[in-house]
Amino acid sequence: MSTPYAKLPGWADYGLIPLINLLVAFIMAGLVVLLVGENPLRAAVILVDGAFGSGQNIAYTLYYATNFIFTGLAVAVAFHAGLFNIGGEGQAYIAGLGVSLVALAFDSVLPWWLTFPLAIAGAALVGALWALIPAYLQAKRGSHIVITTIMFNFIAASVMVYMLVNVLKPAAEQAPQTRQFLDGGQLPKLNFILEALGLSVRSAPLNISFLLALVMAVFVWALIWRTRLGYEIRTFGFSPKAARYAGISESRITIIAMMISGGLAGMMALNPIMGDQHHMALDFVAGAGFVGIAVALMGRSHPIGIVPAAILFGMLYQGGAELAFEMPNISRDMIVIIQGLVILFAGALEHMFRPTIQTLFASLSPRSMGIPAAKTGGA
Amino acid sequence: MAEAAIELIGINKSFGAVHANRDIHLEIPRGTIHGIIGENGAGKSTLMSILYGFYQADSGEIQVGGKPTLIKTPNDAIAVGIGMVHQHFMLVQNFTVIENIILGAEGEALLKTSIAKARSELERLEREYGLEVDPDAVIEELPVGLQQRVEILKALYRGAEILILDEPTGVLTPAEADHLFRILKQLKEQGKTIVLITHKLREIMAITDNVSVMRQGTMVATRKTSETTVEELAELMVGRRVLLRVEKGETKSGGFKLSVKNLTVKDSRGVTMVDDVSFDVRAGEIVGIAGVAGNGQSELIEAISGVRRAVSGSVMLDGKPIDVVGVADPGELRDRGLAHVPEDRHHVGLVLAFEENENSILGYHDDPKYLKGPFLDIDAIMADAKEKIEKYDIRPGNPKLKTANFSGGNQQKIVLAREMEQDPGVLIVGQPTRGVDVGAIEFIHKRLIAMRDAGKAVLLISVELDEIRSLSDRILVMFAGRVVGERGPDATEGELGLLMAGVEHKEAAE
Repeated sequence: MSTPYAKLPGWADYGLIPLINLLVAFIMAGLVVLLVGENPLRAAVILVDGAFGSGQNIAYTLYYATNFIFTGLAVAVAFHAGLFNIGGEGQAYIAGLGVSLVALAFDSVLPWWLTFPLAIAGAALVGALWALIPAYLQAKRGSHIVITTIMFNFIAASVMVYMLVNVLKPAAEQAPQTRQFLDGGQLPKLNFILEALGLSVRSAPLNISFLLALVMAVFVWALIWRTRLGYEIRTFGFSPKAARYAGISESRITIIAMMISGGLAGMMALNPIMGDQHHMALDFVAGAGFVGIAVALMGRSHPIGIVPAAILFGMLYQGGAELAFEMPNISRDMIVIIQGLVILFAGALEHMFRPTIQTLFASLSPRSMGIPAAKTGGA
Repeated sequence: MAEAAIELIGINKSFGAVHANRDIHLEIPRGTIHGIIGENGAGKSTLMSILYGFYQADSGEIQVGGKPTLIKTPNDAIAVGIGMVHQHFMLVQNFTVIENIILGAEGEALLKTSIAKARSELERLEREYGLEVDPDAVIEELPVGLQQRVEILKALYRGAEILILDEPTGVLTPAEADHLFRILKQLKEQGKTIVLITHKLREIMAITDNVSVMRQGTMVATRKTSETTVEELAELMVGRRVLLRVEKGETKSGGFKLSVKNLTVKDSRGVTMVDDVSFDVRAGEIVGIAGVAGNGQSELIEAISGVRRAVSGSVMLDGKPIDVVGVADPGELRDRGLAHVPEDRHHVGLVLAFEENENSILGYHDDPKYLKGPFLDIDAIMADAKEKIEKYDIRPGNPKLKTANFSGGNQQKIVLAREMEQDPGVLIVGQPTRGVDVGAIEFIHKRLIAMRDAGKAVLLISVELDEIRSLSDRILVMFAGRVVGERGPDATEGELGLLMAGVEHKEAAE
């Protein structure tokens, strides 16, 4: 009774199935829109137009997507080691300290292109250290990482409130946020790229962090599939027993994978803080850490899946905001319902249509499945 | 001949492009023991799963007692009197015997009344078939032989007239197996029909009336057992002539390669699994450790190879100690020339989700020849994998194929190729041919003998007594964590069987 279903060709596995899942999610979302008395087709047009209709909108979509690429990659790296890092939210939040301390210290003396690498290092370091504690507790004490990382989200939130209200807020200000960064703490925008393509951008927050996110996507791919460390991470993730047999240290991999994950989540803080607002305010992560889980699930923990999945969620964020603005019956909460449906179908119910599609494929073109003839049947 | 209890007509079943059963015709006469043999992947289990309602056939008809019958679920199968005893028992470990027997057939709202009803029925069954088990014993405290008896009682309690047993002797001592066969014969005399799925030819010859051979999803032959031979059946299974005896020359054993002294190992629950064990393995010999599964063999090789911590004792590899109590690391032991083919290739020896080439470096992934700085040298790994595929005839010969898509025998060859090609001084092998087809067994045995002839020390663990006897130069028998005897390769099966059952051990203790 071995593998009843054979493997699908890559394009169906990574392209067709997510597409079908997405389609079903949007049909369900359309029913919800219908239920509140709006025209789902018009809603879809507004959503897509709001996300991609103009240079301005595209820039916003990509700005949100930047956050989700970082957090999605973070979840994916931990996931390859068989670890479920729910703490991206807290790791990104606390990493804001690394970013803003660097920016506050150097924005008057260094140009942005020198502050930026320092801030990257600061963000990654603080994020990694925040992930280190749950990782250590898991590796040495057996405390379950899902529980500890959730707890650390709350701790991070409280620490940040304390830091912003009591330490980082300038004495004369009312709002719990840092002072505005000077030019040396502000990242350049990428709007000129869109403008070069003939699109007009008024003022959108898309900045150079987006390129960093893409670089990190390549970095994660190389790390996981091309390095010895990545091999060890995958071995441990698939089978801790096989890792033990191969002489791979469980605690070492747990700690390293979680620190890389935390570092990636931490880099997300660069985008809103140095790229957009040029100060650090309360709750700048705004759920991006959790969206990262959905992005990683939908992107099958592969950078090539994660980047489009992040852009999809960027589209839902940006287009959803436009939709809420255009259609009075559709509130912000409705947008969250639609996002929830996408997560449900693309993430949680990912395997719902798989068996049907696999059977379909097998009967249509056995050759494309790359399986040998009858020999490997189930006995 | 009596009427047919079961008749299968033109059964077809495909999983994707894999045709697991093609046009199967089979007639099983009432009141007989019918053996079904075939290599792994031949389609035996699929066929029986169709009969028991786990799968549905794509086409074909099942007739039970001459009537066409639709079997969609195991409940349908039970309703027409088909019972199944699985290879891996389906018992609730912390329930009593009687609770397990009524499980799913409670019948009453209150457990107490249904248990009372079941008890008298159970007593009748036990008397009638000589299947004594204490109805109030807790399953996890029973030896496997008795657990199996509970499975049989469970099927009979549900009114089974036809009993399917899937590889029933895999976990039994020779004595327990003999007892099982006596029970089966008794059941036959009471008019029950028994279908025995096995890959052990000896059992087929010993107990069945008729035997059907499957190969690559087809039923290739059905014979009267009295009119066939082991050689003919083996040839039918594999499709070519097979050498059943391993040919090996005299041992030219040299110095000590591996010395184990007073080794004690506990499992995760703190139960002592290996109890003060000492032995040596010399260069150029195969030392086999026989024993019923669960008597400490697994923990023993895990401790020696650094996968599991020992509590006390010492192990010397080439005269230098291995820190088995402290920080023995499997990676370091590999560097010192100790290779290990683990018992469980699915979860330990291989990562099934990996491509074949990725598994061909598992454990040796830190060898500089597979690396370029921190990066994997993909070209070198692929070239190396192709070489091993060639040399060990691993099929299909595609190093990019997912390991899960290889058959059991080929998966085992991937592990063996990896461990043997490192040219280790000591090779520890656990269950080298478990779930491996006959053709591959022959190949694996030849390789092990070749290692020995090349002056390597081989420590072999196997629950297959035949394998231990034909390969080993010396045989150690383990029972309840201790080595209870050492014998030469000419020891009889009966002698080893008694040792494995702990008979001599008990006498010595008294």
